[in-house]
Amino acid sequence: MTDGLRNLQGNAACALGAIAAGCRFYAGYPITPSSEIAEWMAAELPRVEGVFIQMEDEIASMAAVVGASLGGMKAMTATSGPGFSLKQENLGYAIMVEAPCVVVDVMRGGPSTGMPTRPSQGDLMQARWGTHGDHPIVVLAPHTVAEIYTETIRAFALAERLRLPVVLLYDETLGHLVETVATEPPPPEALVERRWAEVPREAYRPYAAGEDLIPAMARPGDGYRAHTTGLTHDERGFPTQEPRQVAALLDRLLGKLDRHRPLIERVETVEAADADVLIVAVGITARAARAAVRELRRTGVKAGLFRPVTLWPFPEQRFRRQAESAMAILVPEMNAGQLVLEIERLAPDGVPVRGLTRYDGEPVAPDAIVAAARELVG
Amino acid sequence: MNEIALTSADRFDIREYLRLEMFPHFLCPGCGHGLALRALLWAVHELGIAKDRLAVVSGIGCAGRLSAYVDANTFHVTHGRPLAFATGLKLARPDLTVIVITGDGDGLAIGGNHLIHACRRNLDLTCLLLNNEVYGMTGGQVSPTTSAERYTTTTPAGNREPTFDACKLAEGAGASFVGREATLQVPTLKNLLREAIAHKGFSFVEVISDCTEIFGRKNALGNSPEMVLRQKAGMRPDSWGNRVDRPFRPNPFPTGVFVRKELPEYRELYDAMTAAARRD
Repeated sequence: MTDGLRNLQGNAACALGAIAAGCRFYAGYPITPSSEIAEWMAAELPRVEGVFIQMEDEIASMAAVVGASLGGMKAMTATSGPGFSLKQENLGYAIMVEAPCVVVDVMRGGPSTGMPTRPSQGDLMQARWGTHGDHPIVVLAPHTVAEIYTETIRAFALAERLRLPVVLLYDETLGHLVETVATEPPPPEALVERRWAEVPREAYRPYAAGEDLIPAMARPGDGYRAHTTGLTHDERGFPTQEPRQVAALLDRLLGKLDRHRPLIERVETVEAADADVLIVAVGITARAARAAVRELRRTGVKAGLFRPVTLWPFPEQRFRRQAESAMAILVPEMNAGQLVLEIERLAPDGVPVRGLTRYDGEPVAPDAIVAAARELVG
Repeated sequence: MNEIALTSADRFDIREYLRLEMFPHFLCPGCGHGLALRALLWAVHELGIAKDRLAVVSGIGCAGRLSAYVDANTFHVTHGRPLAFATGLKLARPDLTVIVITGDGDGLAIGGNHLIHACRRNLDLTCLLLNNEVYGMTGGQVSPTTSAERYTTTTPAGNREPTFDACKLAEGAGASFVGREATLQVPTLKNLLREAIAHKGFSFVEVISDCTEIFGRKNALGNSPEMVLRQKAGMRPDSWGNRVDRPFRPNPFPTGVFVRKELPEYRELYDAMTAAARRD
């Protein structure tokens, strides 16, 4: 049965996407511009036998999400920049103990309290490197309300498949933008359920993995009585500082991303094949870039768009291939220049990369991208 | 101390509740935390809680390390956050008995906010706070419960800050069960913990423990037996009418059960109040 089309704001689409993906636990703390996600979850979760709780702070909500996840529930929290900073501690814990969960960051102007009601893309790097230590993470960056719905569902699938927190990253504009969404139940292949350990207890090693590098989880109550710790641990889950075991754990954690790249990566390109100017943009800025490409093509400039829907790990190979034939690369973003650093690292030799930044609380306009692109190929 | 009569049927063998492969443990000689863990596992045993249904959540510090030794579903989480983590775990899994082990730094300093709100919420958790007056794991820094004028590595001229009464905080924040005991009397502590775990709702138990190697040595408080016996000098149990008021220990402490109230349990209340939505 289809729910049909609904007019929803991005934050509502996120909440409904989560429930469609099987999310049954939400812990959060009020923060603009993400609070509507919590409000929707508070209303919707009881209808599906789920649990909503507003915790005492951002740190506690992240901790509760990890607790619920290890208890066996699909779990989510949502926040914005200041809260995302506070969540980094337990986000790192979730990475270390391989607790699947989804963390939404609806970006607002920063640094610090910044501009709670204005958009930004200032957390692109925090989303990748916010928690301490070398770590894997997946970050998805939808660009429409409809895509927020489907990418939230994909975030849960990736989290469960990879036993990894997945960050859903979009800005205030998308959070509050109302668009038409088909809130249909996802097809079965879009849903991934937890892989629980089934071997006899004597044979179970909580952090031993096969080829896919993803260990089966011990469900509390199933008789495994496993130990979970944020300390560097061996395959049994017990603390270790033995160099070979330490390296083995980190190799496996970090290796998850490379091993599952085809599953994780998602890219959209628009007229990129023959583009002289390749525009790289994510989220709301990619919408302006799409309009700019249309305008540039209309006036004879061969422009194209490369839009990473999966922002991290950055789709390196696809980008390199796409950039080979470009004369120049333009990176518009709503910050002081974050994504451009990654593009400079990956761009082919001799292809100039130019950033187009804006951090005054206004989105990057198509006109600005058109003008910058013309200048590049002028 | 009264002899505790045990029949063979309820004889408690702590080894049945420990991960023996984790031994030798890493606690210092004379540390009181082992006595507290013994009392806790004894209480679990007497209540007949199956190890598979037991979850032990602990934070960071010496107290935080205890969960690893328990043969149960154990979670050693981030510093100060075990109550917040346990809240999520218990909401997801009401079928588990969830016990939190924290310390005076973990539970009263960095995790103080979580303690307040866990008390207020009354979710069915048991919190065991091991108070040894010091950050032992990091080498002996001052904590919120360090007694007046005691020396620590960060109070080289003596502690200037007033101490923190965790039980009064718990009571003020609305906990439905609050009690305190010391490691001096393991069977009494066991009885208190048994009641706390059986209590429906949030229960808070502070255990006066001793850090011999670091805090005791720094303050010339003697060896472990001397430190444990010194607890007696400061202890003012309910059963004595709290009349013992000669404060040999710098901060004399009442023991016993201070709060025992029947209040609606959080999850039951949540389910009842959202029943209408669930019927939609």
